[in-house]
Amino acid sequence: MGTAGLGIRQALLGLAALLFLIDLYLIFQYAPTASEALGLQVQRIFYFHVPSALLGMISFAVAATASVVYLTKRGRKWDRIAWASAEVGTVFFTVAIGTGAIWAKPVWQTWWVWDVNGTLTFMLWLVFIGYLIVRSYAPTVERGSRWAAVVAIFGAAAVPFVYMAADWWEGLHTERITGPGASGSMQSEIFVTFMFSLVTFLVLFIALVAERTAQRGVEESIEELRREVSA
Amino acid sequence: MKSYLRSAVAVYAKDMRLEARTKETFSAVLAFAVIVAFVFGFAFDPSPTVVALVGPGIVWVAYVFTGILGMNRTFAVERDRGTLEGLLLAPVGREAIYAGKLASTTTIMLVVEVLLYPVFLVLFELNLFNIWFVLITIAATVGFSAVGTLFSAIAAHTRAREILLPLLFLPIVLPVIIGAVASTSAALAGDGWDGVGKWLQFIVAFDLVFLVLSSWAFDFVLEE
Repeated sequence: MGTAGLGIRQALLGLAALLFLIDLYLIFQYAPTASEALGLQVQRIFYFHVPSALLGMISFAVAATASVVYLTKRGRKWDRIAWASAEVGTVFFTVAIGTGAIWAKPVWQTWWVWDVNGTLTFMLWLVFIGYLIVRSYAPTVERGSRWAAVVAIFGAAAVPFVYMAADWWEGLHTERITGPGASGSMQSEIFVTFMFSLVTFLVLFIALVAERTAQRGVEESIEELRREVSA
Repeated sequence: MKSYLRSAVAVYAKDMRLEARTKETFSAVLAFAVIVAFVFGFAFDPSPTVVALVGPGIVWVAYVFTGILGMNRTFAVERDRGTLEGLLLAPVGREAIYAGKLASTTTIMLVVEVLLYPVFLVLFELNLFNIWFVLITIAATVGFSAVGTLFSAIAAHTRAREILLPLLFLPIVLPVIIGAVASTSAALAGDGWDGVGKWLQFIVAFDLVFLVLSSWAFDFVLEE
């Protein structure tokens, strides 16, 4: 079953590689240098930062939705999708947090700001890590899948609460710093580059999740065969 | 509904009776909480101005850590004595077992938390005898137990229960911690409902959502 759709998956990975080359050209050649308030050249990291943060959020939504379906319908396929999405999402969140810090240090003179987006990203990143770890400690694969699904669903249910709490907290404690892109309209070159980056990351995300999902499928069939042989 | 309540009360009464006879969880958790409070005295300068600033934070860090310690034992005790299977074989709904366990965890935590009021008063001159703070304590503790009871059932089945519970528990209850610290600051500053109300409603909303979600998920967690 793992070989099904192999061609499509390889094509997707190839497409992602091609899109990244074009994306890099757009980011460094086509897009104009941003205003000083956004950090001039440093602002270009945004074309990686924002898409990876958005895709991280999307991966969480995918993982939580697939987890609900897995718990109610019990198809192994859904667990594999949730798992793959969580793995890829963890990487995207890590990239988002890292690039955010790299941008904020020269522009805001601080690595980290306790704003809503930062808090939410960090919290979901932690939930994903718990999601991945709880599986490795489970006595059986199925139990690990069910426990992980519960963790993902709980994380998703906590999102609106974290969002509200962090928002009120921010209003209470810090001067609100207007995020980049929030003020004024985006220049069209910046907008085009940004959208292209988003599509590029989306294709990469789909390619990686499809690949990991298929790999899990192969792993599970091998495990099944091994059990049959030894039985 | 009636049998659900009766089974939940039976589980709760069993846990309370066990705790009243051994005082195992209670004494260990209380001692740990006092130690945490004591150590905080050296983590910063405990002068009135500093305490006014960081007091709510240390109270809730102490509560959360002791809560984790206590909740870890909720199902670990049953696992170690092999009584969990017996409990699960009982012809009652799993939601009733969850409700009973939730109630006993909440009770033990609340008792420990209230006993810490005078400790904080003596060590930091932090006066927690405040009706708003009592309400915040109750609301936040129910939220902690709602999530923690479920995750402690997961953690109890693993080799790494001490590390797994905080890892799963803390990110999810982050909103309750934020709400508890913020509303405690407001309550201790004498703000009353104007400052506390918003957060209190927020924590109660969290409690409701996660009580429902946890009773639903409990079955999936314990399934072999």
